[in-house]
Amino acid sequence: MRTSTTGRTGQYAALLAYLAFLAFPFLWLVSTAFKSPRELGSLHPTWIPRDPTLDNFRQAFDEQPLLRAAGNSLLAASAAAVIAVLIATPLAYVMARHRTRLAKAATGWVVVSQAFPLVLVIIPLFLVLKNLRLINSLAGLVLVYVVWALPFALWMLVGYVRAVPTELEEAAAVDGAGRLRTLVSVTAPLLAPGIVATALFAFITAWNEFFFALVLLKTSDKQTLPVVLTHFIGAEGVADLGPLAAAAFLATLPSLIIFAIIQRRVTGGMLAGAVKS
Amino acid sequence: MTLVTATERSAQGVPRAEGDRRPPDRGAWFLVLPALIPILVLSVGPLLYGILLAFTDAQSGRTRATQWIGGLNFQDLLHDTLFWESFRIGLVWAVGVTVPQFLLALGLALLLDQDLRLRWLARALAIIPWAMPEVVVGVIWRLVYNPDAGVLNETLRNLGLGDGRDWLSGLSTALPAVIVVGVWAGMPQTTVTLLAGLQNTPRELHEAAAMDGAGAWRRFRTVTWPALRPVALAITALNFIWNFNSFALVYVLTSGGPGGRTRLPMLFAYEEAFRYGQFGYAAAMGLVMVAVISLLLALFLVGRLKDRTGGDQA
Repeated sequence: MRTSTTGRTGQYAALLAYLAFLAFPFLWLVSTAFKSPRELGSLHPTWIPRDPTLDNFRQAFDEQPLLRAAGNSLLAASAAAVIAVLIATPLAYVMARHRTRLAKAATGWVVVSQAFPLVLVIIPLFLVLKNLRLINSLAGLVLVYVVWALPFALWMLVGYVRAVPTELEEAAAVDGAGRLRTLVSVTAPLLAPGIVATALFAFITAWNEFFFALVLLKTSDKQTLPVVLTHFIGAEGVADLGPLAAAAFLATLPSLIIFAIIQRRVTGGMLAGAVKS
Repeated sequence: MTLVTATERSAQGVPRAEGDRRPPDRGAWFLVLPALIPILVLSVGPLLYGILLAFTDAQSGRTRATQWIGGLNFQDLLHDTLFWESFRIGLVWAVGVTVPQFLLALGLALLLDQDLRLRWLARALAIIPWAMPEVVVGVIWRLVYNPDAGVLNETLRNLGLGDGRDWLSGLSTALPAVIVVGVWAGMPQTTVTLLAGLQNTPRELHEAAAMDGAGAWRRFRTVTWPALRPVALAITALNFIWNFNSFALVYVLTSGGPGGRTRLPMLFAYEEAFRYGQFGYAAAMGLVMVAVISLLLALFLVGRLKDRTGGDQA
């Protein structure tokens, strides 16, 4: 299709406007993170810090237990991602290969689970975890994250399983391999990239999660990064901008990097069944 | 996002091509149970328990046993003007975010579907708000909106558009200000979904329409939109639900203030449950939220399906 030159110019202008809208808040974060206190206090803030400094980062680590929080986040998110994928993969396999009532029920649950406001789940979970003495513990949070990550993990994985041709499994069966054998030696290796992408996505979701962590973790030595970040904003809503920006910048880096790597796979996995069919 | 596929399928009634109808043999249980047990114990169970709690006077930190009080919570809710005010704010917020988000994302997706030079950059940038923790998105926009050191007021001052203001604390500006953030935060995901939908429409149809001398708008109406429609419908319905139920963004931006002007239903229910310990009452709120939203969505979807069968599909 040919487009006229004026049409092209218009398209580029629109695209640039979009780029500016998407990029400017993030650029402002980076700029603020590297500004000196004097410049932050100035009434005429600039885009490029005049004398860039790392003081905000140092101060952020001094003010709040950021390292500890990052460790907590890392632990909770990796544990949740690994467990979620380990238990979701077999179920996803059955859902993809057999149209049973169970598979349909699981699909229905995936759909329904998206629509419920979290408060309806967190109150009973809070009571249950309290009885199990798992409030203010990362183990309790991991349990919640696993179940929370399951719906989309299942959905992505079902797509990946469908992409593995059944002929390969049938051939293995003809050769006398049992179900488990077939799964482990034929299907699993082909699924590996999809499983990794799903795990990374589960990791990011847990790394970014706020609501459950806010409710379940009470003391700052247990809290995850997003919760600790909010401590930079004082009770009156007054924030120490420099350290706040520095900490926020650090908290984002891991998910940005991971997401940049898996983005294509995530959208691919999500949409595999959706748009084709 | 996971839902796109599911809604899609059921909306279209497309049977799955793969998979057989045989029930799984006994070995399959061994594959299913590891996920099924946690789902039942930690998701379905609590959900049912939560529904039950809505009919009790459950409170935190109380020694007396919880009592079944029937519909009393709902009766109280009916007269709770603060709750309905937050419900109204939630609807304004959900519509205010979902509609511009969809229109902007559609525009961007159409642009990205063209053969433009900066496409890769746009795709890379689109990732940023998507991959970011919601808390960080909130923090970023607090920096942007900051009355003294924020980029928004400085830009306005430079353009000679007044002295700027404290957007997040103004009674009339707070809700629009958080809505802008909501649009920004959710745009990438909507864009990518729509883009994937666009890239699945057959090129030949576009070319044929162009050869017939159809202008851009006609091509959009007759070729692009009909193909994109199911995806657009699903993502819009989902965005509406997610936005209505959102929490972290507004919690970080305003905590529901000023004067409750941005207190979304989830913020209200959170305070009720975990600040005042009213578990039963908060659960009832959750249940009312689900009920009303399901009803609205059902009406929306039925309406869309109807005018789909009623022509317009040239």
